[in-house]
Amino acid sequence: MRNIWVIIKKQLADTIKNKPVLIQFVMYPVLTLIMENAVTIPDMPELFFTKLFSVMYMGMAPLTSVASIISEEKEKNTLRVLMMANVKPGEYLAGVGLYTWILCMAGAGVMATGFSAYQIPFYLAVMAIGFIISIAIGACIGVFASNQMTASSLFVPVMLVFSFVPMLAMFNDKIEKCARIFYTQQLREMLDLMTFDGLKIETPVVILINAILAITLFFIAFKRKGLE
Amino acid sequence: MIKAKGICKSFADKKVITGVDLDIKPGMIFGLLGPSGAGKTSLIRIITGQLVFESGEISVFGKPVSELSGEDKRQIGIMMDDHGVYDRLSCIENLKIFADIYGVPRSRIKTALAQVGLADASKKPAMKLSKGMRTRLQLARVLMISPRLLFLDEPTSGLDPMTMKYVHKLILEQKANGCTVFLTTHNMEEASCLCDEVALLNEGKIIDRGAPGEICRKYNHQKKVNIHLKSGEDLELEHGASSSGKIAELMAQGQIETIHSSEPTLETVFIELTGRKLESEEEIRYA
Repeated sequence: MRNIWVIIKKQLADTIKNKPVLIQFVMYPVLTLIMENAVTIPDMPELFFTKLFSVMYMGMAPLTSVASIISEEKEKNTLRVLMMANVKPGEYLAGVGLYTWILCMAGAGVMATGFSAYQIPFYLAVMAIGFIISIAIGACIGVFASNQMTASSLFVPVMLVFSFVPMLAMFNDKIEKCARIFYTQQLREMLDLMTFDGLKIETPVVILINAILAITLFFIAFKRKGLE
Repeated sequence: MIKAKGICKSFADKKVITGVDLDIKPGMIFGLLGPSGAGKTSLIRIITGQLVFESGEISVFGKPVSELSGEDKRQIGIMMDDHGVYDRLSCIENLKIFADIYGVPRSRIKTALAQVGLADASKKPAMKLSKGMRTRLQLARVLMISPRLLFLDEPTSGLDPMTMKYVHKLILEQKANGCTVFLTTHNMEEASCLCDEVALLNEGKIIDRGAPGEICRKYNHQKKVNIHLKSGEDLELEHGASSSGKIAELMAQGQIETIHSSEPTLETVFIELTGRKLESEEEIRYA
């Protein structure tokens, strides 16, 4: 447990100085505040920008951050130093995952300011689920890639699919049908409803399958590559 | 401190370590000499449990390496040639991470930085440090934990002579504190001045071992005395009683500028045994 906390503290100290990762956490919450307060379009659904950016945030920030952090540590051989200092791979991954999840949840907390108090727990629960699945996918890429370059070439297309396809689905029925297999699209639909009432069975099933797939792929990548 | 018997390791079909035996006593500086690719780093990784070996036995602190506890591992400092530091974090922040992991009091951070001469650069981000300073930061990271056993993989590779001397001083200080040091190098001068015992490793096999002076004397086949006279003339005399009169005469006449016995260096012993140099021309050029 101590090592997990050390990794979280290390990441927090590093994030302040790591602008590319810091921007990932800050960009969408700031954009949400600006757009919700600056743009008003007639007949625009309530909290349109919040819901739109929330899905993009959950599909992008945790995935890219975790993949970048792990691949950078592998490339610069700092991960090996941690492993030799008797930090277990599970402790390291838990530390990076928890740190990312906490920062993303803080960002989601900022984005939730437009919701009424009784909607906030539902919103945060949806975001928390999305973040967890994205963290698992990011960890999978980070473990698989041997350096940052490889990680970027892998996470960019994956991140684009998960974060932008739900937005495109709003404007195109065919894309919407395809997008239904993604957890981000199902979570976007949950954010549209903002309640468990009327939730189709498809939604939890797809989310669960996505989560199982992400975790399975992570374990396969970890078994094949380890953290070396 | 470290005992190994018949260690073998292969990568795919290539044997990288073949039947290596070691017996490293507590408090000694042991040097593993060999050219790049001889298997030095692989051997350290095997002894420290990072790499699984195929056959043989290794014990560290009297326990099989696979049975070392977390507490045992906390007493082992490892500084590998390719190990990184957190570039964006300052020297202090870099050390804080490991102080927390090892459970070392924070007060030791400043002491360790002062010990390696980085006290003034303690708040400098690691990315702004020179290669020598980064090496010293890596050393501070392992010295901070006051290890009983210290592995140093080419600790002076690519360093300027001043920094190299500084690192040597730190290594000798560790020995004086009772720490056992396992050092790999392809610098024979470093091995000669630091190590109590060296092993010459070539293509995964230890080809000879012993105290540096002992090894050099063992391969002293020439047994010559080389004299450079003030007149500029060079003389090569037998290293024996037959030359004593001539040497005494030259000395008495004050003609001798320099006089050396011809025992080989570790480098020449290595070349004699393997036909290879410890450090290739290319490595020397780019060091």
